[in-house]
Amino acid sequence: MMKSMGLSTPSAIVCQALLLCTSAIILLPFVWMGSLSIKPPGEIFRVSFALLPEHFYGIENYSQALTAAPLTRYMVNGLLVCSAILTLQVLVCAPCAYALAKLQFRGRDMLFGLVLIGLLIPHQVLALPLFIFGYQIGILNTYAALILPFIVSPFGIFLFRQFFKAIPDDVVHAARLDGLSEFAIVWRIILPMALPAVIAFSIFSVVGHWNDLFWPLIAVRDQDLMPPSIGIVTFRDAESGSDYGPLMAASVIVIAPLLICFLAAQRYFIEGLTAGGVK
Amino acid sequence: MSLPNRKREARGRGASPASANGRSTRLSDMIAAWTLAGPALFLLIVLFFLPVLAVFVIALTDWQFGASTLSFVGLANFEEVFADRGFRASLFNTVAYVAIVVPGTIVLGLGVALLIESGKSFRAFYRAIHFLPYMATLAAMSIAWEALLHPTIGLVNQTLAGLGLPTANWLRDETTVLPVLAAIGIWQNLGFAMVLFLAGLKSIPQDLYYAAEVDGADLWLDRLRTVTLPMLGPVFMFVFIVVALKAFETFDTVHVLTQGGPGHASEMLMFTLYRESFEFFRTGYGAAVTVVFLLIAVALTLFQASFMDKKVHYQ
Repeated sequence: MMKSMGLSTPSAIVCQALLLCTSAIILLPFVWMGSLSIKPPGEIFRVSFALLPEHFYGIENYSQALTAAPLTRYMVNGLLVCSAILTLQVLVCAPCAYALAKLQFRGRDMLFGLVLIGLLIPHQVLALPLFIFGYQIGILNTYAALILPFIVSPFGIFLFRQFFKAIPDDVVHAARLDGLSEFAIVWRIILPMALPAVIAFSIFSVVGHWNDLFWPLIAVRDQDLMPPSIGIVTFRDAESGSDYGPLMAASVIVIAPLLICFLAAQRYFIEGLTAGGVK
Repeated sequence: MSLPNRKREARGRGASPASANGRSTRLSDMIAAWTLAGPALFLLIVLFFLPVLAVFVIALTDWQFGASTLSFVGLANFEEVFADRGFRASLFNTVAYVAIVVPGTIVLGLGVALLIESGKSFRAFYRAIHFLPYMATLAAMSIAWEALLHPTIGLVNQTLAGLGLPTANWLRDETTVLPVLAAIGIWQNLGFAMVLFLAGLKSIPQDLYYAAEVDGADLWLDRLRTVTLPMLGPVFMFVFIVVALKAFETFDTVHVLTQGGPGHASEMLMFTLYRESFEFFRTGYGAAVTVVFLLIAVALTLFQASFMDKKVHYQ
């Protein structure tokens, strides 16, 4: 394709070799984690470079990971919290983005200005006051504490607005002629037309909150409420580093759902996450 | 600035002239718009703007979490923060970390992007692999890194020992801990930079390369210097800011791997914020640290915004 930036055959081989090297380094922690997760303790603590175990110990490690720590509970919590956050974010952000993109009203520019200022604020800045606020209304150490701080996303409003603006006004006019209410237009016409934005935002939101360690660490103390990110660290601390096999198995289980989704829908993930980084 | 409904056409509620019921239409429009946007506005105020305001107020008081009284102490918290050797170490470490991670991520991200773009095969494959760390749960991956860096059974030390090179207790040695965390930071963010550089490379018009060749840029390196790098200018700026922001926010690796230790050798801003605010409950101090962090983040973003505005004219 890029003929002018293209290279002759020997350099192309060098390129491939270099890429294989960097790929190997990038993959190393993943591979090592997977390898340790199927090794028995004896082989883990023996000095060896072997990737595959002499005795396959995966079943023991994985079943211990699933039974010794409330890992299934962590995973369910993660799923619950991520889906609640995403649902509420779309419910709150999409109508607002529609108003900003397609309606004309007094205060619109000011509202959009607030959204832009919101984009400037890293969420960690809000942790201290939100912790105090959560304490005062008595929701610390509940699911609500994990979900509530994130239900409005300035990035979500911004992203949806950009996509909604690209939809022709005629679509909105036609829907009004058909007698649809403004709410119905948002949910039944505009949002389905902006599906790429919804997918990108969903991936950005779910990946972000599945991986988030900072806020859950502040918001919950009970094991029963922990999402996978703190769950895995709690498991590590409880095992005090002696039981590597099950710990690595647990780590594999924690990263597996997103990893599988990523490999299945690579393009969407890369688009969604870079759009998010771009905020 | 509010825009009246001048441009809006009749909205399909019959052909009644706009002047006749324009006022009521406008009012119902207002109501519809604010019903749609109201919940988001309310939540933005409650969950974003009031908390930011609260941080500034708390930073100026001696309030402790749980206390029933408070008094304003001016900038005393900030004086305490900047007089604190722990905080100064934390700020210094953070800046040093950013100073390693940002150039490292940019150089390697660009390198990988150029390699992928110049090859013809397995592009999607390489792109996916290099992007993996950016989306994998960092808390879990930190545990994998801990295993790799384990002083006796870790692969890193085993390999070094096998090659006859000196080994180290990477995460417990104050000279190695910060560079090691920075290497993990680069490992994590490089894929993000790579994706943006790949997009940037795609948008460079082919004609420029032909023109450069006509002008005598025969070597790949010449074309890189005269065409590719200058054309990637805006992307560089962008990656620089986004990665810098992310590096300033580094928390997971510090919390999982080092807890800021040994001593203060790997303590960074976000970890200090967390520990002072939520483990020691030094609320005023924590708020002052938060304000420092917010100012850094806002300065970086505004710097980017002003730069991007200027760059628009280039294209």
